[in-house]
Amino acid sequence: MAGAGVREYKRRIRSVKNMQQITKAMKMVAAAKLRRAQERAEASRPYTDTLQGTLARLAAVAYDVRHPLLESREEIRKVGYIVITGDRGLCGAFNTNVIRAAIAAMDKDERNVQNGVIAVGRKARDFFKKRGGVDAEFVNLGDNPSYADAREIGRYIMNAYENEELDEVYLVYGRFINVLRQVPTIDKILPIEPPPQEETEEKYVDYIYEPSAEDILLTLLPRYIGSQIYHALLESKASELGARMTAMNNATENAGEIIDTLTLEMNKVRQASITDEILDIVGGAEALKKGGK
Amino acid sequence: MAENTFMLEIVTPEQILFRDEVQFVVAPAVEGELGILRNHAPLVAALKIGVLRYKDAQGQEKKIAMSGGFMEVVDNTVRVLAETAEHGHEINVLRAKAAAERARQRLMQRDENINHTRAQLAMQRALARLKAAGVNIDEL
Repeated sequence: MAGAGVREYKRRIRSVKNMQQITKAMKMVAAAKLRRAQERAEASRPYTDTLQGTLARLAAVAYDVRHPLLESREEIRKVGYIVITGDRGLCGAFNTNVIRAAIAAMDKDERNVQNGVIAVGRKARDFFKKRGGVDAEFVNLGDNPSYADAREIGRYIMNAYENEELDEVYLVYGRFINVLRQVPTIDKILPIEPPPQEETEEKYVDYIYEPSAEDILLTLLPRYIGSQIYHALLESKASELGARMTAMNNATENAGEIIDTLTLEMNKVRQASITDEILDIVGGAEALKKGGK
Repeated sequence: MAENTFMLEIVTPEQILFRDEVQFVVAPAVEGELGILRNHAPLVAALKIGVLRYKDAQGQEKKIAMSGGFMEVVDNTVRVLAETAEHGHEINVLRAKAAAERARQRLMQRDENINHTRAQLAMQRALARLKAAGVNIDEL
């Protein structure tokens, strides 16, 4: 009986439909979380912008200030990479792309240096653990990384830098362009290169510095690191969610296609079996007619 | 803008906590409190952990607990950047008290494993939050 074939198709269609429901739900969850993540990135902008502006101005005024975090080292022995990925997969090639960008940067470095990895996110940690270990790991930051997380990471790298365990530090993360595009980005964060002062028509203001431009600059440096890391965490989260949304959208569409194909095949099988049955009946009837003569 | 008011903005990495016209601001600068009135000269000041007070447009005095940062005054706008900041009336007094107690115990122990500076900072933050919430800390 061909009915068994039809039943098999029905079973497969049902299982694909279940999967489609899951991917659809994941897509919608990612979309909702993405909106939150973008709002948070937006909310962090006033802080980051003001900090950068003030830092640029202070760096121009206090250009001769010396601080270990500002000093480029002559001899570079170990370079640290803060690699920011998500904790979970199912977001297309997002995590892989970030990890690959980090490895490419390490390979491209022609100086004879050691590399250290500060893994942020489970995917980066798992990968680099297998590949020779990580210097530090920050995982399970969740969908809403907080400034406190960023400050903790900042504290770790500033410590390592000042103890000369690391001589340069880079941030590797996925920059969010839009839902379809996330670009792996590498930013140098240590030693600090103060942002250049923007050339605007903004009138020159003669500020009073309390206590002094140098002192304020020095208190600003760790905060600048913190805000850069926070910014990268937020961008990375938005990218991950965007990538997941796209991946789940594709998966939902693919599931739809599979369902269509399976339904078509199922109908063909069913019709073929009906045709067979009719032929059987017609054949039987003919045989009876002949026998009856 | 009224005759005697100016803008006060309190900005943290996570949000703009406060943005409104005020009559008077006293900020916890590193070298003592710093009062700002309308038409103040351009200023950049480093702030420490403490309480920022302001008088709103209606003349009511309010408090905000903040962990250090800096303040920029230009064109009748005071912008305060702090890593964390909280309105006095939103502070959970019980939690702040517990934090102060924890920090105090940590400071009493002469344990090598305890980072003294960090405990001290935690203590200052907890006290600032209590002060901003209107608790008399001498009675603790």
